[in-house]
Amino acid sequence: MALLSLKSLQVSASEKEIIRGISLDVGEGEVHVIMGQNGSGKSTLLSALAGNPKYSVKGSALFEGKDLLALKPHERARRGLFLAFQSPIEVPGISLASMLRRAYAARFGDEMSAAEFDKILQAKSEAMGLARSFFSRGINDGMSGGERKMSEILQLSVLEPRLAMLDEPDSGLDVDALERVGAAIGKIRKNGMSMLIVTHYARVLRSIKADRVHVMHMGKIVASGDEKLAQKIEEKGYSWVLQ
Amino acid sequence: MGIAMKKAGNVAEKYGRDAKLSALPSERKLNVGYKTKEKGLTEALVREISDVKGEPEWMLKKRLDSFAIFKQKPMPSFGPDLSRLDLDALTAFVRPKGKDAAPTSWKDVPPDIRKTFDVLGVPEAERKFLSGASAQYDSEVLYKSLRKNILELGVIFTDMDSAVKEYPELVKRYFMTRCVPAKDNKFSALHGAFWSGGSFVYVPQGVKVPQPLQIYFMMNYPGFGQMEHTLIVAEQGASVQYIEGCSAPHYTKDSLHSAVVEIFAGKGSRVRYTSIQNWSKNVYNLNTKRAIVSEDAVMEWVGGTLGSGVTMLYPCSMLVGKGARAEHLTISLAGEGQVKDTGAKVLHMAPNTSSRVVSKSICRGGGLVRYRGLLHVGKGCTGVKASVRCDSIIADRKSIAETVPVIDVRSDDAIIQHEAAVGKISDDQLFYLMSRGIDENEAVSLIVRGFIEPIVKELPLEYAVEMNRLVEMEMEGAVG
Repeated sequence: MALLSLKSLQVSASEKEIIRGISLDVGEGEVHVIMGQNGSGKSTLLSALAGNPKYSVKGSALFEGKDLLALKPHERARRGLFLAFQSPIEVPGISLASMLRRAYAARFGDEMSAAEFDKILQAKSEAMGLARSFFSRGINDGMSGGERKMSEILQLSVLEPRLAMLDEPDSGLDVDALERVGAAIGKIRKNGMSMLIVTHYARVLRSIKADRVHVMHMGKIVASGDEKLAQKIEEKGYSWVLQ
Repeated sequence: MGIAMKKAGNVAEKYGRDAKLSALPSERKLNVGYKTKEKGLTEALVREISDVKGEPEWMLKKRLDSFAIFKQKPMPSFGPDLSRLDLDALTAFVRPKGKDAAPTSWKDVPPDIRKTFDVLGVPEAERKFLSGASAQYDSEVLYKSLRKNILELGVIFTDMDSAVKEYPELVKRYFMTRCVPAKDNKFSALHGAFWSGGSFVYVPQGVKVPQPLQIYFMMNYPGFGQMEHTLIVAEQGASVQYIEGCSAPHYTKDSLHSAVVEIFAGKGSRVRYTSIQNWSKNVYNLNTKRAIVSEDAVMEWVGGTLGSGVTMLYPCSMLVGKGARAEHLTISLAGEGQVKDTGAKVLHMAPNTSSRVVSKSICRGGGLVRYRGLLHVGKGCTGVKASVRCDSIIADRKSIAETVPVIDVRSDDAIIQHEAAVGKISDDQLFYLMSRGIDENEAVSLIVRGFIEPIVKELPLEYAVEMNRLVEMEMEGAVG
């Protein structure tokens, strides 16, 4: 049984259809990459799977065999679905540490004191080479693009989901930041976490090996293949796929 | 508004601290005995209060003069509807029975009253870092203890009634004279006639009080008019922090809280006044709080108004000396049936004065929050800098947030900033937190906590915890 199984999934926002029937299986431990031009519906797909209430969804989406669409966003997260946002949202005045402690307790049912939880954070952040001050700041508040992306990956490493959905983890980063984020994702991937990654570039695949690559266009998957497909798009662009 | 107030009783069962108290056996609520005074606000009552307190003639005269003004003054012409407030039905003065002098140690406080404080969670705040603390039970100060080191510095921290007798010269000089005269408004006049209790703080020149001075006010009598008077005098170069909390269990009858706070911040002094108000939801909370801030002095108001049915509160800083500075940091929360008409007044009456107002308000369940502010810069006051920022969160479609800022600048080079932002709880923020596994209620309370954090962080730890807890309870089920 696939970890995530989508059948004829349709997603619309305020009456406008964005995803027009997608079927996709992500198996346990697999990494799938979705590529496609702007507006093809890639980000919408991930956001809808995470339960964003602004979308209405038809079709079927099973996660570990259970109906995902019947669950609220926090219930999906507790079952092990994680979305790393393309543009992480600012929540000023609440530290990343205190938010993550609650999220951790919700995911694993393990209520810890701030001091206990701090040890976990410390270990994870050291592994990623992040400064401790990172946690005492407001969530994504006043952070650079690179820091926000790192914050998402850090949250991912702490919450250890079954399936990590990464929405353009590589967008808007300079070369150094790209290197760091890519390495961090690669490290997390080593323990066999399943991933569904949306990206414009094949570059992210230098640090992670993809099992499947899909190309989306106008709300549909128009091509699927292995990593060679990604490389070909990198060289030739999308037009040849769409013809 | 009238309809909303009628519903307040049910709300109190559901929310907040009132719920905790209403769960107590009813006799426990009332088993503190009272010598109940006649109802209604009469000259005879004014005389009786003064007589029971054994006050000197000059204070009786002050009370009678205030009473005459009270009778003439009209109700406020602006703000919330006060037509349901029946002043004649209020009891203006009660005192716990069997007690002559204020006890000086926690042990001496009657067990019943101690229990009530326990229920309210006061001792946590009280016991931990108490240097000097007193708690007012209804209008009498029941508990006060001062660490020797503060007394040795020449600091006076006592209840207002004792101050009238023990420090008549100081009280005569400052009590409802220049700062908040009785004629200021209807409720200051009422207060001048019937005031009882409160605290008196005097910090001599150059003395910096090392710990915050704290007091907790409780209203524990139905249909009561509590009117405590707080007078803080900081002499040149002194510094002091004063913190008060207030609350009341829920009664079916409407009550009135009409306090006056007068602060004199001497040249180069620094005064911080912090208050957390959590009266039950049928309390009319109509206060006058004002500070006269001298040259190079800094006055800080930090406050949260959570409880009460109707609150009208606009702490005022009169910056009368060159280089004086005021900070007003406030949080207002209005739930079902609550009206918060709150804000800040800053009067720049000297050159190079500066001020900053930050107001954060939240409304839900049909509550109304209204920021009402006045920023005045006098003629010839050069080099003035002032900023006002008021942000509101509206949690649902039933609730209302309004802003009524008045800015009156009569000087050419003043730098004035005014920013206001009104919004609902952001769907994006909500979804972001929920996508981490946090449920909707908790996500809302986190967002609200983050919203008020710039002010909460200015509170001492115990009060910050209390504040967050109260806001969390208030916001439960607020969205969706």
